[in-house]
Amino acid sequence: MKHISTIAKTERKSDIMGCGECQSSCQSACKTSCTVGNQTCKQEERINNTGKKETL
Amino acid sequence: MVYHPYSNSLHSVDYKAYLVIKNKYEELSPQETADFSALDEGDVKEIESEIAELEKEGLIGIDRTFPYKKSQVVKALCLHVCHDCNLKCSYCFAKEGTYNTARDYMTEEVAKAAIDFLIAKSGSRKNLEIDFFGGEPLMNMSVVRFAVEYGKAAAKEKGKELSFTMTTNALLLNDENIDFLNREMDNVVISIDGREEVHNRVRKTRNGLNAYSHILDAARKFRAVRGDKRYYIRGTFTSYNLDFASDVLALADAGFDQISVEPVVLPADNPMSITSDKVGQVLKEYDKLAEAYIDRRQNGKWFNFFHFMIDLEEGPCIMKRLSGCSAGCGYLAISPIGDIYPCHQFVGEKSYRIGSVLDGSFNPAVQEEFSEITVNNKARCENCFAKYYCSGGCVAASHYYEKDLLTPYAAGCDMMRKRLECSLGIYAVEKKYREKR
Repeated sequence: MKHISTIAKTERKSDIMGCGECQSSCQSACKTSCTVGNQTCKQEERINNTGKKETL
Repeated sequence: MVYHPYSNSLHSVDYKAYLVIKNKYEELSPQETADFSALDEGDVKEIESEIAELEKEGLIGIDRTFPYKKSQVVKALCLHVCHDCNLKCSYCFAKEGTYNTARDYMTEEVAKAAIDFLIAKSGSRKNLEIDFFGGEPLMNMSVVRFAVEYGKAAAKEKGKELSFTMTTNALLLNDENIDFLNREMDNVVISIDGREEVHNRVRKTRNGLNAYSHILDAARKFRAVRGDKRYYIRGTFTSYNLDFASDVLALADAGFDQISVEPVVLPADNPMSITSDKVGQVLKEYDKLAEAYIDRRQNGKWFNFFHFMIDLEEGPCIMKRLSGCSAGCGYLAISPIGDIYPCHQFVGEKSYRIGSVLDGSFNPAVQEEFSEITVNNKARCENCFAKYYCSGGCVAASHYYEKDLLTPYAAGCDMMRKRLECSLGIYAVEKKYREKR
């Protein structure tokens, strides 16, 4: 494409409702797992590894 | 850049494409309208065909919504092992750890009943969590140790996996506790506010002493033994340190690589409150932090800032995005005397008391009310690009500051959007950087 280039897209199908096994989060961030973006999926451990140093 | 919340996709676009996309899905400003009118017809057609291709893949376009109600299966408990604290932080929502109740300490009997309650309410869910909270949980370590031992055995018997976490101020973090927490906790949050003067101004001991040096030493010791296991340094910023980027960087300079510094949530009449007139300054500070963050991470000073974490390729499933924290449903808090509340911030709010793990009482009406609190049901979230990352924000903040569980805390929304904007920008920059290497 000439005018639009996709930097990232989720590999996971957005309409999959999920298993609910993920860690609970805390929207006010008092707790160990805060915003949804930081969640780790119990089914696929590779998800949300952005906190690991090897990312860069 | 163009971000499509539903598919979690991020696109780099030229200005012409930006105009065509914005004209198609949103409203153009007067200047943009003029620029759009001046576009070459061939360019517009070309861009429209690119958009059509992305639409076909579901990577751009109008968001779909899902009818969704939160599950009432319980998967996580916050155990308030004591309503007492050895610090007297000026901004503490828990009122020196008491939550406006007595300085109670949880007994083994209550801890056992809470774990039994969690397992009984967890249905077919396998992975369960217990978070040790306070007050200061290290002040009741015998019950923490008991709960871990009992919880592991009870979970094993029922074929469940139980993980433990703790939020602590580190004042009692001695060698023995460090060894135990490192061994048993899946994640540990240590509260430090950043620069020494910032921390000492608001986080004094009960008898008014400065404890920064002691806490920093203990936290560093813990960090050293923690290795690659999960931990965070968790700070709070107030109107006293709106230049909080310096606190984040000070924590990184102190040797911590997992950092979360959050805005205080206080009523507007509190001098430390982040009132709407201060939000602009906070947003600028996030931009400043983002620049320093990119620079440091590319130049040998890597650290992770909690709110700049984003995973666009493998982000959470739509259920998680819609449900958020699950307060009042999958996540509940247990007070030291065994009372059940929707979350740790509701503890002590009598109208939200759900029941008791000791006498087995449980009012399903509260859980029912909370099960409807999803991002779909929040009018303010409807057109917000951040809605699948904040999931409508903190329910307790909505309750305390907007007096309505379905109305997101406005100042929090502005900050959330800025953090997401920074995260997306950082993501794009770092991706380009990785590709070049």
